[in-house]
Amino acid sequence: MEMSINASKQFGSFRLEADFTVTGQRIGLFGPSGSGKSTLVGLVVGLHQPDHGIVSLDGEAIFDSRKGLNLPVEQRRVGMVFQRPHLFPHLNVKHNLLYGHRRCAPENRKITLDSVVGVLQIEHLLNRGVSNLSGGERQRVSIGRAVLSNPRLLIMDEPLSGLDDSLKFQIIPFLKNVCETFQIPYLFISHSMIEMRIMTDQVLSVADGRIAGQMTAEELARSRMGESHAGYINLLKLKYSHRLDGLHVYHWGNAHLFASGSSDLPESLFELSSTDIILFKRHPEAISARNLLQCRVTDVFESGNRLGIEMECGGERLIAEVVRQAAEDLGIERGIKVYAAIKATAFRRLG
Amino acid sequence: MPGFTPTDYSAILLSIKVATTATLISLPFGFTVAYLMTFRKFRGRVVLDVFVNLPLTLPPVVVGYLLLLLLGQQGWISKVLLQPLGIKLIFTWKAAVIATAVVGFPLMVRSIRTGMETIDIRLIQASRTLGAGWFDNVITIILPLSIRGIIAGSVLMFARGLGEFGATIIVAGNIPGVTQTIPLAIYEYVSSPRGDVMAMALCCVSITISIAVLIFHEWLGRQMIRTD
Repeated sequence: MEMSINASKQFGSFRLEADFTVTGQRIGLFGPSGSGKSTLVGLVVGLHQPDHGIVSLDGEAIFDSRKGLNLPVEQRRVGMVFQRPHLFPHLNVKHNLLYGHRRCAPENRKITLDSVVGVLQIEHLLNRGVSNLSGGERQRVSIGRAVLSNPRLLIMDEPLSGLDDSLKFQIIPFLKNVCETFQIPYLFISHSMIEMRIMTDQVLSVADGRIAGQMTAEELARSRMGESHAGYINLLKLKYSHRLDGLHVYHWGNAHLFASGSSDLPESLFELSSTDIILFKRHPEAISARNLLQCRVTDVFESGNRLGIEMECGGERLIAEVVRQAAEDLGIERGIKVYAAIKATAFRRLG
Repeated sequence: MPGFTPTDYSAILLSIKVATTATLISLPFGFTVAYLMTFRKFRGRVVLDVFVNLPLTLPPVVVGYLLLLLLGQQGWISKVLLQPLGIKLIFTWKAAVIATAVVGFPLMVRSIRTGMETIDIRLIQASRTLGAGWFDNVITIILPLSIRGIIAGSVLMFARGLGEFGATIIVAGNIPGVTQTIPLAIYEYVSSPRGDVMAMALCCVSITISIAVLIFHEWLGRQMIRTD
């Protein structure tokens, strides 16, 4: 999917100026609240009209101020998943799901109710009223409703921000699965770096009504490491092994990791901040941290006044951060071996 | 209970007929005006608002007199539209319907607007992104979601219609058996000697109809909550 916008829009004292072309199936729009993300999305969906400029999808103009072209919202085939589910309260789940499907031209109607219902695991909800659903179920129905309208582009406007953390990571696999299964290109809007890294490849960073940059989600996370208190968040998919002395032992590559306060699920996603990793040049004989991994430095990058150290540990990748002075003391350079110490409490389970 | 005369019965039936017809005729217009006022931004919105609400603040007699000027022999609506078509409105029950409709219209529009204003704009946006054009959106989203307001507005207008007096007496007169509704019949009984008992009897009929309407409204409201 190729999306190209060269347009401006004034809203009171706020001004949005966008000039970019982005290509990909999983595109992110990242920026703080009030930066203009939702306005930009409004221009693509057609809920806002640019003051002037051109908006096009896959080479087809959907708005062009010079030609006086403004394709109505309902003809753009741009699906939308909102922050909250916004299900139609007077229709049951099945009729909500089919609302867009019935209005889709037969030649575009490739995705069927049964297949979407299967992927989202909502078979048992079909005949229920929407007021009798849990938060997660509602959002799944809302995703299904948007997907069933067979859009050429699906816009997800902070679809996870209304959900608590545990629910969020239950919904993410559904979001990913449904878009991958039906090959729907999407634009994912969020101010959460973790969501960006899980959901997107290419990210447009928005600030003060402008596109501040276009990069991969990984590059974005690295570039923001220096400014963020949380540092760079390592996302680790760990396989549960067994319990030992009150701690949970997980497989990670060919290493074992100890984590506290976790669950017995066979596989979980954990976050680990780059600030929670301590590096040693030589093996420390005894330390309180329960995890000590031998790693090889594969990359060093700058972010703000800190250095990010990318390491390879037992076939997996980990990023730690140190200040410049510490890097000099450790003699950090590509290819050297270091020991990384991580406390068992530093791992936070996401889902 | 004193026996009602045939003209009393016809007054009761006529009241119901006039109020029902006025309500049904006003519904599509009331819905359209409420829709425009709630969801559309256009020039002259304030003028429309004032114009629609004017009968609420004007004395009904004034409304009746203005209607008489418009629809009477010399009125321009009469000259341009009614006379060429051979329609005579003044001093018929149809004039009573028009008077009732004009006087009750702002109440209906207000109720429907209140219903429409509670609709989350995101639902409308969602329906449009799902491929619904504006008319489709009005019929499948706005109409069902403002149905409570529509029912409340209709009930309110019907109840107001039953009591309409001032405008009706001017444009439809007080002709027993032809244009005499319950309030006009009561007025006639009260102003005639020994008419008190019959006036009271018709008051009781009026109260009974009103209570029945309110109970029906309540029942309908509960039915809708159950289907939610």
